[in-house]
Amino acid sequence: MGGKRQDEILHDHNHDGIDRRGFLKCMAWAGTGAFCVMQGGVLKSYSLSRLPGLGSKEAMGELSFVQISDSHMGFNKPANPDVAGTLKAAVDKINGLSAAPEFMLHTGDISHLSKPEEFDTVDQILKNAKPKDVFYVPGEHEVLNDDGKQFLERYGKSSKGAGWYSFDKKGVHFIGLVNVMNLKAGGLGTLGHEQLEWLEDDVKHLKHSTPIVVFAHIPLWSVYPEWGWGTEDSAQALAYLKKFGSVTVLNGHIHQTMQKIEGNVTFHTAASTAFPQPQPGKADSPGPMKVPADQLKSVLGITDVNYVQGQHALAVVDSPLA
Amino acid sequence: MRRSVSIASLATALVLGMGALGAGQQRFELSAQQKPETAEVKIDNFSFGPAALTVPVGTTVSWTNRDDIPHTVVSTDGVFKSKVLDTDEKFSFTFSKAGSYPYFCSIHPKMTGKVIVQ
Repeated sequence: MGGKRQDEILHDHNHDGIDRRGFLKCMAWAGTGAFCVMQGGVLKSYSLSRLPGLGSKEAMGELSFVQISDSHMGFNKPANPDVAGTLKAAVDKINGLSAAPEFMLHTGDISHLSKPEEFDTVDQILKNAKPKDVFYVPGEHEVLNDDGKQFLERYGKSSKGAGWYSFDKKGVHFIGLVNVMNLKAGGLGTLGHEQLEWLEDDVKHLKHSTPIVVFAHIPLWSVYPEWGWGTEDSAQALAYLKKFGSVTVLNGHIHQTMQKIEGNVTFHTAASTAFPQPQPGKADSPGPMKVPADQLKSVLGITDVNYVQGQHALAVVDSPLA
Repeated sequence: MRRSVSIASLATALVLGMGALGAGQQRFELSAQQKPETAEVKIDNFSFGPAALTVPVGTTVSWTNRDDIPHTVVSTDGVFKSKVLDTDEKFSFTFSKAGSYPYFCSIHPKMTGKVIVQ
């Protein structure tokens, strides 16, 4: 994976913990954005300020898509009284990307209170994005009062079960998973038996060389179980993906960017487009974090992902909204 | 006695009475004799306070969400279930039977609490 450069960041929060210095480094990282390249199962991040120095091969690919997450439309508390405005800023950011993404992934918490008008507002705003296709998975805020019925009617008509599905784009196999249903007291996110069986079957006939992208709302790795930031049965899901050379897992839920590498799997969480949440354990609770208004957009963002065919690489780029 | 209580308490007492009617005459008399009891649980910083609450039979417990994030109050055994509670919204449930009632927030299941009814 080469020597570490000064502005190359390899995050492993489980391993190194987060002290104040690390926290500030992360904040700076979120503030300037990061460019990430995964090669041979190792994801490298570079400060966006170094991007001009990177070759086009590293920055571009045959397939480019964007992940957005945690729009929380309807949220109106001091941490961000204008979540529609920041989602629009995210769309502007997407429309300004040099390589036009083919589609978007939304990793959940589209709405804040599962209200129809909240979904309508998000749909209206996302219509202005250049990529027209959006693939969704639900967050817990989509399934508040009706076990996800409304979510399925709006976004999951062709999905299985509670909204899981897979599709292929240019040789990359995408898998959208649902881990926000039937949560048990004291527990974490859950995939459940039925979905795990489907997953096993879904990937059974794929070649080992097929790049896999899994997306789900709650992290599929143990970010901070004390705050519920993990998924009970994710190990089983990952076991089915062991045979693949390149697996990228994209999550939301924790409203901050983080990465972790475990063997062939690179885990990545996206920033929210609505409000930031504290670093694990660095506050009394994972509630919305209020930052000065002029700094808000630096801790919100989008994630741009490029797949370079033949290079066995997925490049993950986090960009702040300002 | 009822003239001095608020309409909300009166409504609670009536609901309690009606619920108890189904459960049997004996319990109805017991409830009618007792002054309606109330207790409160506050939701702050992703936790229920107090996390364990002991109350007499017939008590109406209310939960108020004081977080910037919505929560729910859901009985682990399916006895009661609130709708989603946004900031400052409230859910109440009247406990007409003795027992232990564990509950949690179905959105943030690490949030757990218990009502013990004696």
